[in-house]
Amino acid sequence: MAGSVFAMMISQSFLASSIRLTTPLLIGSMGSIFSERSGVLFFTLEGFMLMGAFFGFLGSYFFGAIPGVLFAVAINMLIALIFAYATVTLAVDQVVVSVAMNIFALGITGALLRVVFGAHTNTLLVQRLDVISIPVLSSIPVLGAFFNQNPFTYLGFILVPVVWVIFFRTKWGLKIRSVGENPKAAESMGINVQRIRYISILWAAGFAAVAGASQTVGNLGTFVDNMIAGKGFIAFTAVVLGRFNPIGTFLTVFFFGAVDAFQLNLQAMGSHIPYQFPLMMPYVFTLLAFFAAGSRAAPKAWGTPYIPD
Amino acid sequence: MKSAMTDRPDWRILQKVIVPVAGVLIGMIVGSLVVINKDRSLLMVLGRLFYNAAGTWSNLISSLVYTIPLGFTGLAIAFSYSAGIFNIGAEGQLQLGALMTAVVATSTAFSSSFIQVPVALIAGAVVGALWALIPGLLKAYKGFNEIVVTMLMNYIAILLVNYFLEGPMKAPHSFYPQTRPFVKTSWLQDLVPNSDLHYGFFLLIALFFIVWIVLFKTPLGFKIRAVGFNPEGARYAGIKVKRIMVLSMVVSGALAGLGGSVEVMGVYRRVAEGFSPGYGFDAIAVALLANLNPIGVFFSAFFFGALRNAASGLQVDLGVPISFIHIVQALAILFVIASRGLPRQFQNIKRRLRYGR
Repeated sequence: MAGSVFAMMISQSFLASSIRLTTPLLIGSMGSIFSERSGVLFFTLEGFMLMGAFFGFLGSYFFGAIPGVLFAVAINMLIALIFAYATVTLAVDQVVVSVAMNIFALGITGALLRVVFGAHTNTLLVQRLDVISIPVLSSIPVLGAFFNQNPFTYLGFILVPVVWVIFFRTKWGLKIRSVGENPKAAESMGINVQRIRYISILWAAGFAAVAGASQTVGNLGTFVDNMIAGKGFIAFTAVVLGRFNPIGTFLTVFFFGAVDAFQLNLQAMGSHIPYQFPLMMPYVFTLLAFFAAGSRAAPKAWGTPYIPD
Repeated sequence: MKSAMTDRPDWRILQKVIVPVAGVLIGMIVGSLVVINKDRSLLMVLGRLFYNAAGTWSNLISSLVYTIPLGFTGLAIAFSYSAGIFNIGAEGQLQLGALMTAVVATSTAFSSSFIQVPVALIAGAVVGALWALIPGLLKAYKGFNEIVVTMLMNYIAILLVNYFLEGPMKAPHSFYPQTRPFVKTSWLQDLVPNSDLHYGFFLLIALFFIVWIVLFKTPLGFKIRAVGFNPEGARYAGIKVKRIMVLSMVVSGALAGLGGSVEVMGVYRRVAEGFSPGYGFDAIAVALLANLNPIGVFFSAFFFGALRNAASGLQVDLGVPISFIHIVQALAILFVIASRGLPRQFQNIKRRLRYGR
């Protein structure tokens, strides 16, 4: 058993499924890092990913795959205006608004699914974005898995350096970071704190839409109730564990993706461990990672609304 | 600080009632607008909703049955929030509490309900408290975000419960993943004959008063609220902030666990997979709508209980998807929370108009 588990872990298919399972976490976390860094706790990532999955599915059904994803981004950004208005303009508790938005997402996706498609939704399939194999690179043994993925995955991997550069090499990134660290000082430097936070939230919601759509348009081709099933919470936690840094976050989400792939493979191998325990692994590992890493390093104004005088 | 915390009986009390009621109504109307079509008009949906919730004696009783678990878990969340800790983990605490209760309640070692009922209840409360102790300690002594920890622990708890129901605690020869039926001496008896309403309702009412008295009329309650109001100030005033945080989390977990015990001892009289449709998650909405006030939680739990009861009827009668209740919940919370920020916003606008900015 131990030998075959080891063989599984160095196989190309294990790497491929790790990458596939990392994708939604990666895109979701790379977007939400903007909101977090600007000081707004984006605990509603789960809800926005769920809405992204649904509206991506809906858009793809009516307009085709790529317009469908853009449709999801647009709708998510519109809905995010409510979140931004409440947390930034009204300056009310970000966690409470996040929780409300998560509940809202559960309700609106479940209700609209049945209102639009009636009761028989389980057979509906939409156009999907297929795997694009990159010539030559995709035929490398094992590591070729990285180059045999759907466009969502490529986007996720490209986002990591892009987000890093934005944060640490551009004026815009500096502004976001200073708003998250010390909004009062940022304001005195002439930065419009509220505007930066609005934009960061919209960015986070937009990428949450892509992350969610990667599950319907990129993966399954259909929508199932509550299909994000905690991936948004895991991605949120990954940002905290990755110390709000794109590279750290990337390593964390990839680790979670691998744990998830590991437990799925373990189940597929017909092990005698009851299925609940492999399923528990991503959550247990997240918790353990928390113990190991602690939760320092958060932006100083994280979670605190800013009220200009 | 003290004057800011004591409740003055003025127009604010009225505001505390009007705002959530308005929020609920707006939520219901907007939620209904999403689900209407040519076969079901807005008035039909709303009318049916009220009828199913409380239109007949037996509908009202069903609504009260749903109120009980929501009341316990809503109270749990409101209690820890008084100390500034957001316990998202009530669902896991409730489910584990119910599971531990099953261990006691399926045992034939007890000869009378005089002993077995309290032991079964305490078993649930203790397990809920222990499960909540972990995030409480981590929050108080390590500064970990309790929301993340309780959320993750929910997933673990629910999977653990499923494992026990499908494995070691599964009733022999049962097709469905469920425990053996509870022995009669462990039942919470029916309050109204031939209904699901049971004596757990009285326990809930008693706890509302106990929690309210503890929070608002005892020195301990003052300390808890002081920690929630301003932890730095509380520490400066000599309050042992960390201990209070852990304690409030433990009490919160116990209340949620007790909610699980009461539900399975009074309604199902066994534990079956999926016995909770997410009471612990709905409880977050219950507590928030009540502005985290224990007395308010009672009304809010009744409202959400009635809504859940009515919506399941609505699904059968009119084909309205049950997800509808989440839209109502979310909009009601958003309205209540937004109303806290709006006054300052109005002042800003007034000021801008005055200074022409």
